[in-house]
Amino acid sequence: MASSYISIEGIARRFPAPEGGKTTIFEDLWFGMDRGEFVCVIGHSGCGKTTVLNILAGLDEPTEGAVIIDGKAIEGPSLDRAVIFQSHGLLPWRTVLGNVAYAVASKWRDWPKAKVEEHARKAIATVGLAGAEMKKPSQLSGGMKQRVGIARALSIEPKIMLMDEPFSALDALTRGTLQDEVRGLCRTTGQTVFMITHDVDEAIYLADKIVLMTNGPDARIAEIVVNPLPADRSRHDVHKHPAFYPVRNHIIDFLVTRSKSFAAELATPGKVWNRRSPPLVTPGAPDPTPPLARAV
Amino acid sequence: MTRSIGLRALVLSLVILTIFLAAWHVAVSGGGGGGQTVDPEYAKLVGAAAATGGQTPMPGPIDVGRTIWKHLSDPFYVRGTNDMGIGIQLAYSLARVLLGFGIAVAVAVPLGFLIGMSPLVYRALDPFIQVMKPISPLAWMPLALYTIKDSSLSSIFVIFICSLWPMLINTAFGVASVRKDWLNVARTLEVGPVRKAFTVILPAAAPTILTGMRISVGIAWLVIVAAEMLVGGTGIGYFVWNQWNNLSLTDIITAILLIGLVGMVLDQILARLTRLVTYQE
Ligand SMILES: Nc1ncnc2c1ncn2[C@@H]1O[C@H](COP(=O)(O)OP(=O)(O)OP(=O)(O)O)[C@@H](O)[C@H]1O
Ligand SMILES: [Mg+2]
Repeated sequence: MASSYISIEGIARRFPAPEGGKTTIFEDLWFGMDRGEFVCVIGHSGCGKTTVLNILAGLDEPTEGAVIIDGKAIEGPSLDRAVIFQSHGLLPWRTVLGNVAYAVASKWRDWPKAKVEEHARKAIATVGLAGAEMKKPSQLSGGMKQRVGIARALSIEPKIMLMDEPFSALDALTRGTLQDEVRGLCRTTGQTVFMITHDVDEAIYLADKIVLMTNGPDARIAEIVVNPLPADRSRHDVHKHPAFYPVRNHIIDFLVTRSKSFAAELATPGKVWNRRSPPLVTPGAPDPTPPLARAV
Repeated sequence: MTRSIGLRALVLSLVILTIFLAAWHVAVSGGGGGGQTVDPEYAKLVGAAAATGGQTPMPGPIDVGRTIWKHLSDPFYVRGTNDMGIGIQLAYSLARVLLGFGIAVAVAVPLGFLIGMSPLVYRALDPFIQVMKPISPLAWMPLALYTIKDSSLSSIFVIFICSLWPMLINTAFGVASVRKDWLNVARTLEVGPVRKAFTVILPAAAPTILTGMRISVGIAWLVIVAAEMLVGGTGIGYFVWNQWNNLSLTDIITAILLIGLVGMVLDQILARLTRLVTYQE
């Protein structure tokens, strides 16, 4: 765990409860990510996914514990970690170019304006928005806005991308195209990606690992699904892979039943589960883990 | 369609104006000597004045038109402290409003920023603002005259005070309600506090701030007339009061019209500026 590129070490987040006292959203959460890994997090609404992402981004602080990235504890936001916000977070008074250039100029503060613009235009072209540079966000469709958010994140050439349900507001067609683009871009640039999603198929198509979170309060990382699909997969035939449906069924089964009853599951005799290293499972593959650590 | 509606509205406006002027003309020239249609209290005053001066009771639109023409053809003459062109008087008032308003902007915007950024300062200053806001700005006049000892500066101070609150409140509100998302964008980009203030908070709050300015300038223009009536000397308010003492109603009506026009122009300028900084989400 200590050797991971990103290491979440025993973090907790508590909020003041309305009736006094504290609500524990999660506590003693452990999890590691390797460099270049694409990790998706799945869990029901309100379990604390955004809270974890905000802590990784440095926008929020854990009540306990720490997050270590590349050997250093996170102290606030950093240009090394780009965030793609759930609500795209574009500045509405700036044009597409203005929004991306703002990020570029923030990263390279001594660059002349022309160089900043050129770099921003390149990022905009990468997400297929060339020609829309001078439009204001209000003139764009939801998918285009999301693309600008992606272009802005990519433009600063971050080491880590943090995405909070980046495609949830999009129609299926746009979503598919953007998934392809993001996957391609992240693979070519070697990004480490932490992405929240509610979409099981999306997670299977994009992720190397899928983190399953139980319902809150006191949410846990129940297990981590290691995606058995090959690294160069295409969206048209992922579902033809023999492991696709086992993985999909495993995740859906988790979301439908096990995410609620995980505490009861832990209480079953013989169940082995360790907060510090949630079990890695690979549904549909020859079973490397002892059966008792796996889903029942 | 929109053009034809604009045109029709213009025609209708002109019709209304014509009917109004005609009715005014008839009411003033008919009415059996003009005495009966007039307020008795006013008649008393006119009676008193008639003994010394002999004024016409109520001028008609043609008299007023003639006076307006007289003023507009020579707005900037100076024939003594009590006899200056209406343009000069308006300029005095405008200068006071702009000065008082300008100082208020210089104070309210930075202070509002501070209040809006800090919930602590917001809470600490809120009771003061709540008490100060409903005070009629003219109530400050005696205190201002006593401390400043200059009538012109005192009216500028009164303008300052009355312009301050709407801008302060709007700026604080605008700054406090900047979307968290936008602030987070700046944070993830490691934007420093000064750059953040100018590139995120100011543009985000600008429409609210400018709305505050528009309210302020409107109030300031209302208050300056009253303030100048009170302290005298120069300005359009003083002009109105002076003409009341002369019982020259045509001059008063002319001044009223011009006050309205200038107020409208001030309001329109700020409306334009507001539109310039308004963004669509
Ligand atoms: N500032 C706050 N004060 C109090 N409670 C909060 C605060 N922010 C979040 N919470 C609570 O923390 C829990 C987790 O919130 P979070 O936004 O992380 O959920 P999520 O998993 O991202 O949900 P969703 O999938 O709906 O986005 C929620 O129950 C929420 O009510
Ligand atoms: Mg969320």
